[in-house]
Amino acid sequence: MPLRIPARKTLTLTAVALSAALALTGCNAGGGSGDTTGAAPKDSLVVALTGEPVNLDFTTTAGAAIPQALMSNVYEGLVQVDQTGAITPLLAKSWELSKDRKNYTFTLVEGAKFSNGEAFDADDVKFSIERVKSDKWLSGMKSKMDIVDKVTVKSPTEVTVALKQPSNAWLFNMTTLVGAMFDPSGVDDLANKAIGTGPYALTEWKRGESINFDARADYWGTAPKTKKATLKYFSDAVATTNALKSGDVDVVFNMQAPELVDSFKADTKFQVLDGTSNGEIMLSMNNKAKPFDDVRVRQAVMYAIDRKAVVDSAWNGYGTLVGGPVPPTDPYYEDLNGVYPFDPAKAKALLKDAGVENLDITFTVPTRPYAAAISEIVVSQLKDVGINAKIETAEFPAVWLDKVFTKHDYQMSIVLAVEARDVLTMFNNPDYYIGFDNSKIAPIAAAADKADEAGFVSGMKKVVREIVDQAGSDTLFIFPNIVVANADVTGIPANSVTEALNLSVMGWK
Amino acid sequence: MIIRILTNLLRFVATFIAATVMVFLLLRAVPGDPAKIALGEHSTPELLAQMQKEFGTDRPLIVQYFDWVSGLPFGDFGTSYVTRSDLSPLIMDRVQVSLILVVLAMLLALVIAIPFGTFAAVRHRKASGAVISAVSQLGIAIPGFLAGILLVVAFAVGLGWFPANGWTPPGQDPADFLRRVTLPVVALASVQAAVLTRYVRSAVLEVMSEDYLRTARAKGLSPMKALVKHGLRNAAIPVITVTSVQLAALIIGAVVIEKVFVIPGLGSLLLDSVGNRDMIAVQSIVMVLVGLTLIINLLVDVLYTIVDPRIRKTA
Repeated sequence: MPLRIPARKTLTLTAVALSAALALTGCNAGGGSGDTTGAAPKDSLVVALTGEPVNLDFTTTAGAAIPQALMSNVYEGLVQVDQTGAITPLLAKSWELSKDRKNYTFTLVEGAKFSNGEAFDADDVKFSIERVKSDKWLSGMKSKMDIVDKVTVKSPTEVTVALKQPSNAWLFNMTTLVGAMFDPSGVDDLANKAIGTGPYALTEWKRGESINFDARADYWGTAPKTKKATLKYFSDAVATTNALKSGDVDVVFNMQAPELVDSFKADTKFQVLDGTSNGEIMLSMNNKAKPFDDVRVRQAVMYAIDRKAVVDSAWNGYGTLVGGPVPPTDPYYEDLNGVYPFDPAKAKALLKDAGVENLDITFTVPTRPYAAAISEIVVSQLKDVGINAKIETAEFPAVWLDKVFTKHDYQMSIVLAVEARDVLTMFNNPDYYIGFDNSKIAPIAAAADKADEAGFVSGMKKVVREIVDQAGSDTLFIFPNIVVANADVTGIPANSVTEALNLSVMGWK
Repeated sequence: MIIRILTNLLRFVATFIAATVMVFLLLRAVPGDPAKIALGEHSTPELLAQMQKEFGTDRPLIVQYFDWVSGLPFGDFGTSYVTRSDLSPLIMDRVQVSLILVVLAMLLALVIAIPFGTFAAVRHRKASGAVISAVSQLGIAIPGFLAGILLVVAFAVGLGWFPANGWTPPGQDPADFLRRVTLPVVALASVQAAVLTRYVRSAVLEVMSEDYLRTARAKGLSPMKALVKHGLRNAAIPVITVTSVQLAALIIGAVVIEKVFVIPGLGSLLLDSVGNRDMIAVQSIVMVLVGLTLIINLLVDVLYTIVDPRIRKTA
């Protein structure tokens, strides 16, 4: 580059001017906000993420980024999920379930306030739940509230929700974004203003850059560990780790490039956490289209793929092998890795049996880092048993949603299904893009939802086993939640078992 | 002169209108529905219809077109499908950021290219001139984003002199602005400097072989003095042309650099909007870019007439 040229007489002026500018800016480099070695205790935290919310309104906009930023931090529900996946109190300090399992009576905490100064009470609970059912909510998630019959306010701190029929799923759903509590005067411009009862108030959103939160002095619960928290958004994983190395961010959450992790493990200035998530990497086969309308072909794929090799080569071994569409933090999880062990001979036999040796298929791969990494090894393993998969990339989300998800115009695809407890969403609906025949599982699932806790768990296990027996999809692995952070950051919730990233529990040594 | 400017203005308007039609229609041909993206993996036909109505994408194309285009002369870009708010302030914010980057990069490139290019021309038979030519060739071969990544690795991650990414507006914190703007501007300018150095060199070489320069030297001026006094003004014409073309290229190049350095400029907004099929935003941003390019062309035309009186007379 021209800058490196030794300056001759005629160029001296330019060179002097340039080096002066560089020196001037260089002098300031040490004292910036990114400096993490200061002696004073830090009262701010910067967390790097990839994938920015497009707006702040999860009641009309899909995508994991909005609830990740706002749930727990700004919006709170009556109940929440802890790091082990158990449902615990939040705005409801306790609740009772009637004998017929249809009526939930919640006792609310006292003194909770929205960030606009309004008090939180039972009327807000009624307003929030009924709003999900209204046409104000333009989101498919709203169907989770269909089961609610009536909300009755008994006193400012007591509210009863009557369900049309008993449901285990409903209380869990109340931990997700459909359970967020809103103030009636705070819903005018949800896309740009977020008003909730949470520990933080959203102070500034620099679009394309960051969202800034200030801890609320009037928060009803345990105060956040730092006064200021910032979510900083990057387009790719390398940019996040560069920012961590140069001190601009303190935590890289849900790191998307496992190959970069090793360099941080060796450095004592950093810590690496290998947590789990709700996300299943699904190798989906169109159950309604040839050749995957034949269960033998789907089963052949299950035997043909060495899931351990997939996770090792594509994702550096990070990720959990489960063998079914359920993460280990769900109550009805069981290890189903043994159902389809890696067995190419058996795969070939099944294909022969189905009469489709030397099969040509199209593999529609969305433009996501995980999909690109995994598809190559899947293709080579399928080839070994006589399935020739031709990769066709589909821009995500626009083209993938249109072609694969809406038009069901695909044979095989791959996607990270991030929603919590989504096994029934995916498989208990024959019109879903997977096209799984749910006639066998629908009655078992319905009975399990109505049953008591034990009946729920055993019923759902039956449902999952049936899905796996029918080879509805190949769950390649549970997506890891890799966190790389400054070694002095404490309290990082390594397991991403909810849709929210709770900033208030993180602090400094 | 006035007729010349009026013709240019007319051409400006016609090109702009043609561009709105093309951009609008081309975007409608791209697969992907903003309503589907907003609903994601939980859409139902009923919700989809409701969302399309909300966005206004259920209306006839011609209505959508005029709805959008009628606001443009007043700087009203409409409401984004995605952010659900007015696009105009957002786009204007981003234009400022991108223009700062582009203008600083072009200035830096010129500050480097003019002396180096002139030097290389004057010394074209000597080793030092050849070295500059070779280095500028190398500069052209290295794409801006690669230069950006290399700069980050060396000066941000390695030496820690500059932040790896991020943006601070100059009015908010001038010192921090300088720290953050340096690497992206250098990355953007490096390629431009290389390109312009070569153009300056060949323009100056050409001028040096002109008779009037030989006359000036015969009158006793040193080669450098003769060039500065009589030649540079003439060499400026092709350089202005190239600079204007490169300025347009620089705006596009900034798209990638903004991604590398996580700068909230027009480029990153454009990429995000394409990903979300936020058609109104994409259309409007493209038209801002078209407008900027056309304005640059207009200005260059005016500049020509100032620099070279002969052009004024021929018009």
